[in-house]
Amino acid sequence: MQVFYDFGRYCQLLYQAIRSSSEFKSYYRNFVSEMIKTGYDSLPIVILAGVFTGAVLSIQTSYQLVSALIPKSTIGAIVTQSIIIELAAVISGLVLAGRVGARIATELGTMRVSEQIDALESMGFNSVSFLVVPRVLASFVMFPVLYIAAATTGVGGGLLAGIITGQVPAADFMLGARSFFLPWDIIFGMTKSIVFGFIITSISCYKGYYASGGAEGVGKSTTNATVLSCIFILLADLLLAIILL
Amino acid sequence: MIEVKNLTKSFGNNLVWENVSLTVPNGETLAVIGKSGCGKSVLMKHLNALLTPDEGVVLLDGQNIFELSYVDLRIQRQRFGVLFQGAALFDSISAFENVAFPLRYFTNKKEDEIRKRVMECLEMVNLGDIGNKSTSELSGGMRKRVGLARAIVLEPAYLLYDEPTSGLDPETSNEINELIVHFSDNLNITSIVVTHDMHSVLEIADYAAFLDEQKLSWFGTIEEMTKSDHKRLNSFIKASEYQI
Repeated sequence: MQVFYDFGRYCQLLYQAIRSSSEFKSYYRNFVSEMIKTGYDSLPIVILAGVFTGAVLSIQTSYQLVSALIPKSTIGAIVTQSIIIELAAVISGLVLAGRVGARIATELGTMRVSEQIDALESMGFNSVSFLVVPRVLASFVMFPVLYIAAATTGVGGGLLAGIITGQVPAADFMLGARSFFLPWDIIFGMTKSIVFGFIITSISCYKGYYASGGAEGVGKSTTNATVLSCIFILLADLLLAIILL
Repeated sequence: MIEVKNLTKSFGNNLVWENVSLTVPNGETLAVIGKSGCGKSVLMKHLNALLTPDEGVVLLDGQNIFELSYVDLRIQRQRFGVLFQGAALFDSISAFENVAFPLRYFTNKKEDEIRKRVMECLEMVNLGDIGNKSTSELSGGMRKRVGLARAIVLEPAYLLYDEPTSGLDPETSNEINELIVHFSDNLNITSIVVTHDMHSVLEIADYAAFLDEQKLSWFGTIEEMTKSDHKRLNSFIKASEYQI
């Protein structure tokens, strides 16, 4: 029963957020600061995840494709395709579930238990438009940017690892990368990142907004927000692959 | 005028109180007293519809606030100033910005006008220039006073105080009590104070409402309270005297 109750309340919060999204005056300041916190501040960890994922993928693919019949350019094609279609969005999504999701759930949870949300409401603010809308909207703008950063650095990391280990020459890697490149793959990856961004921010906002029970309750909300975000990212990843590919 | 009529509230199967009815005339101060956990703060949060009752109404100048649309309710809420128990200051902005916050969003004042009004309110609560101090740098008493300055910055008609003196030393408590009396007398603000500090009640309130045994057990003026022969109320007052 609790699952249905939570789902109903989550839908209600989203409905309120959609209804109040026209109150731009009340949240534009928060929207700008959220874009910085979600996007700019997350860039280092996303780049790091991208570079290492690309590098490891390049080395492991070279290790697996040992046959002399398979051209070296195949490694470039596999790494680039895997990064753009799948890994850049999913790895950065999972990393951001921890970084962005946990921050949002903790911030809103602390505001709830210390009556700051009640204070906002009692002043006449629409707390949903003030707190939830800018966070979700910022994710729509910044998650695709972070995806591009992860994809670019991922492919770069793969290329660099191939060169440094001597397993794939740069020219072969780039030839493979170009040969199988489809612009649709980028659109697919960006669509994924937008969906993941929505999942992370909406679930974290929900968990934080309805937190209760002091510090322990906030901790619980944060953990739940992160775990649920990761689960729904993986589910959405599968669904999007079935629907869009 | 605030009128509470037949208010009943429960959380799940737990009844908080039932059939609570009381009236607070304009410019007067009501103290809501009772043991911890009797639902004083819950009652306060019904007055500006932060919580909704199972039954009953709250009339604000004759208008039932639970029947208002969300937009109208938000307009009505701007007539209230609220001092929360822990002050509920926004910790992401400075103390000054906390006071300026409602002005920035609900008025068209220019920056120098905002600064002037904020300084005026901070002066009123005896804080003066607190500069750009963050809220974490403030003591408990200062936090309450910043919360009070924020509550009065939009010149509200009603002020709600949730345990305004809890956790403060006697001297700071007296200062807060003096401020409550000052706002009530000089700004003609109607105040509702939730407290279990009988010393405060005797200093600041015109009326008292005693919540006990899941109902409004006693309601009347402070003068009537001191002469009342209500057993449980007297026992509560006596216990508070021992504390003092």
